[in-house]
Amino acid sequence: MSEVAAHSGAREAPLPAWSLPKDAVDRIALPDDWPDRVTREWAFGGSTGAGVRVCILDSGVDGDHPSVGGLESAVAIELDERDEAVVEPDEEGDVSGHGTACAGIVRALAPDCRISSVRVLGAKFTGSGGVLLAGLRYAIEQGFDVINMSLSTTKKPFAVVLHELADSAYFRRTVLVASAHNMPVESYPWRFSSVISVGSHEETDPLAFYYNPSPPVEFFGRGVNVEVPWSDGRTLTVSGNSFATPHLSGICALILAQHPELTPFQLKSVLYLTATNVGGGK
Amino acid sequence: MVGSEDSFRALLEAIVEVARSIFGARASSILLLDEETEELVFEAVVGEGEDRLLGTRFPAGTGIAGWVLATRTPLVIEDVQNDPRFARDVAEGTGYVPKGLMAAPLLHDEGALGVLSVLDRPEQTLFSLQEMELLGLFANQAAIAVDLLLKARKAEALLGDEQDDLGVVAKLASAVDALEGERRAAGVRLLDELATTLGARGT
Repeated sequence: MSEVAAHSGAREAPLPAWSLPKDAVDRIALPDDWPDRVTREWAFGGSTGAGVRVCILDSGVDGDHPSVGGLESAVAIELDERDEAVVEPDEEGDVSGHGTACAGIVRALAPDCRISSVRVLGAKFTGSGGVLLAGLRYAIEQGFDVINMSLSTTKKPFAVVLHELADSAYFRRTVLVASAHNMPVESYPWRFSSVISVGSHEETDPLAFYYNPSPPVEFFGRGVNVEVPWSDGRTLTVSGNSFATPHLSGICALILAQHPELTPFQLKSVLYLTATNVGGGK
Repeated sequence: MVGSEDSFRALLEAIVEVARSIFGARASSILLLDEETEELVFEAVVGEGEDRLLGTRFPAGTGIAGWVLATRTPLVIEDVQNDPRFARDVAEGTGYVPKGLMAAPLLHDEGALGVLSVLDRPEQTLFSLQEMELLGLFANQAAIAVDLLLKARKAEALLGDEQDDLGVVAKLASAVDALEGERRAAGVRLLDELATTLGARGT
């Protein structure tokens, strides 16, 4: 992988942003170790997600739940008296159980990944588009490899800023995995093409995922009758796209542990090539 | 003009009755958000608790219904008894704690007006995506009915308040309505002109 990293150009002096001088062509040479046929074995065979940093942007995470197995960090986004978002260490944990469920799904798939929590909902589920935006901005600044966002907003005024944030994550090699809404309504950020948007399928295999040739939902993950950890050390059976999303986040962590050089575009390509209905079913 | 509160409430009751029947559930309800008190109020209930729950309230920031309202996303949970905190909203006042619950937000424009809940589908049937879609369809229908109900309440409150400045509108409407023949037509023309002058026409 070290040779690949050197080829990726990520650790060298930056290339000019908008053009490619002749003498720089070698520096963007792609690693030649992509096989003729990308298989799941190549993509994430034997991977445990080791070292990959996954952020759960949600209701907080109960790090003590045995199915979560500890957190690397936990912060809460709150509004101060001037209605400006501030980042505080999270003393509250999970205010609903939803974030713990997402973290547990990721942990089950990628046991050695590093999970952090950014809480964007308050004790009475209070939250606002402003807090959601601030939380996402913070998570992108932390340089997480994967941000799981099983939340969306229906407020159109926030869409423009969310779009900018989603694009900025994309260019900074942070993969934003976002839940599609379960009802036919417009919400964001899952509708943006710079994110990996996820809906549900009904199968029980956590590694089964499908590419959707009719976007905006691009992938379907396991999202029905999923047993998950919840707050207070409990376990529940839940359904919804909220729970399909961390399945894809976990699979992204597995792939990135194996191939840390991948850009979000390349990662999405690997997901496509290894989807159950494309090449992963064999 | 606006419809009556009774007819819209009957529509809500019909929706929860059909939802309960289609899903073979033990109970179904529609909760409405009272924005002033930040509470959820049972507006329509069928099945378990229907004789006690109607009109009762609980804080909007609690329970599964509260979560669904805040995140504007449906949620389906089995084994709710595992989590007494989340079952509290439906258990309070009834002593009935459901095992399973599906809830969807009543979405209108960019906001959520309330929550549609369906409690305890038959145990032998696993939840499926088809049911999620059906739940969403019922929730959309309920959202339209709730929107009409809220508009009717607002209009009635506005026109019925004698002390309110705009109570005069109701008086005018009643006065013109009581007229007959040419005098009535003249009264309608007068109101029409008034509306045009105030810029309330042609928009």
